[in-house]
Amino acid sequence: MTDSESGPDLTKNGPEDSAPEPATAGDRPLVVVEHVNKHFGELHVLKDINLTVDSGEVVVVIGPSGGGKSTLCRSINRLEPIDDGTILVDGKELPKEGKDLAKLRADVGMVFQSFNLFAHKTILDNITLGPVKVRKAGRQDSQKHAMELLDRVGIANQANKYPAQLSGGQQQRAAIARSLAMKPKVMLFDEPTSALDPEMVNEVLDVMTGLAREGMTMIVVTHEMGFARRAAQKVVFMADGQIVEENTPDEFFTNARTERAKDFLSKILTH
Amino acid sequence: MFDFSPFFDNFDEIMQGFWATLRLAAAAAVLSLIIGTALASFRVAPVPVLRAFGTGYVNIVRNTPLTLVLLMCSLGLNDILALKFSDTSSTTYYWWAVLGLSAYTGAFVCETLRSGINTVPLGQAEAARSIGLTFTQSLRVIILPQAFRAIIAPLGSVFIAMIKNTTVAAAASYAEVALVTKTIVDKPTFANGVIPLFLGVAIGFLILTLPTGYFFGWLAKRMAVAR
Repeated sequence: MTDSESGPDLTKNGPEDSAPEPATAGDRPLVVVEHVNKHFGELHVLKDINLTVDSGEVVVVIGPSGGGKSTLCRSINRLEPIDDGTILVDGKELPKEGKDLAKLRADVGMVFQSFNLFAHKTILDNITLGPVKVRKAGRQDSQKHAMELLDRVGIANQANKYPAQLSGGQQQRAAIARSLAMKPKVMLFDEPTSALDPEMVNEVLDVMTGLAREGMTMIVVTHEMGFARRAAQKVVFMADGQIVEENTPDEFFTNARTERAKDFLSKILTH
Repeated sequence: MFDFSPFFDNFDEIMQGFWATLRLAAAAAVLSLIIGTALASFRVAPVPVLRAFGTGYVNIVRNTPLTLVLLMCSLGLNDILALKFSDTSSTTYYWWAVLGLSAYTGAFVCETLRSGINTVPLGQAEAARSIGLTFTQSLRVIILPQAFRAIIAPLGSVFIAMIKNTTVAAAASYAEVALVTKTIVDKPTFANGVIPLFLGVAIGFLILTLPTGYFFGWLAKRMAVAR
């Protein structure tokens, strides 16, 4: 479903690929993953993972299902604890539990495949909750900021509805606004368009592309090759719990170095 | 047999009994809700000691007969150990009945609420954590409000059972309607008509419990969380 969607996307956005990368991409490492291992019982899901994401950089993680992409993404804000290795966010190692961990998570935005908007709260309350409860911001200021964010993702007119009343694409855009309300240093996207109807994929990708252009640091697990080409500075190809290849999008899609990546690409790009 | 005069002859006394039942049930509803919520929070807490306490409490109290719990309160704690709420014996027995009934019902509220917590998708908790809410915050603001909405109807059943369980408080010297009825029957002047009297009291309970059931059913529909 997503494959047929990314096909036309690629050709459509082909010419744009050569556009200059955002000048804001600094070289300061914001997320550093070093020698990280994780097991789910017998399964070794992350095998000695090393990855550095600089401030302002957009990294797309792709690869076959079960390859450890989502686990890696979720381990960066410790929704999945790791067995060994270190993960640094903005120079600080991830705290184990408690208040310090909560504080760190407030700085790391997360967008889920299944949106996970708080079902018993309106869209506006979903977005102001974090700023009010975690950042201790004033309700009025938070609401004003929330409305600006909703306007930016194009659903300001849905502010007083409940999540179940919105389409998938609208819910995901609201979820992105909820993350942005915390003014995160980095945002994690765990397959943000995989649960969407095909016609709603682009409205979410457009918001994400906009964020990338503005210099947000992003780690995006996705199957959207078009987005990877358009917005990413780096593509990380994961399979069987390992990072098989790290490359620029251009190089990766036209001239992948590894056989595993070539094999994967040939399977998804031919039709 | 269908002469209800024994019921109406003692109407005032019986109404006083029902009033005592109602006061006991209302206080126990509030207190058991508080106890049950605290216990359920313990049982899902990341702290092993709290979890163990919650599990231990529920397993002990839920599996003890209510009569025993209430006798423990009135005879054991009040009479033998002389832990009294007040010098007036009716007041102190009232509060012991409230406490015993709430401690017992709280265990059932806890288990109901815990099943409600299980209906809240894991993603809700993950999203709460990902925006930086602490465990207590996410429990209070995200998980429990959704869990409570999911268990309103079963909670109604717990409360109906609790209202009927107030009759056991008779064993703990609290003069609620069952004890009042028994006193009426035991009077030397009471000749016959036990069955009409009991039927009258049973109807009185229906008047308390039926609306409770309907109310909770209505509330459950109204408060349901759309997903």
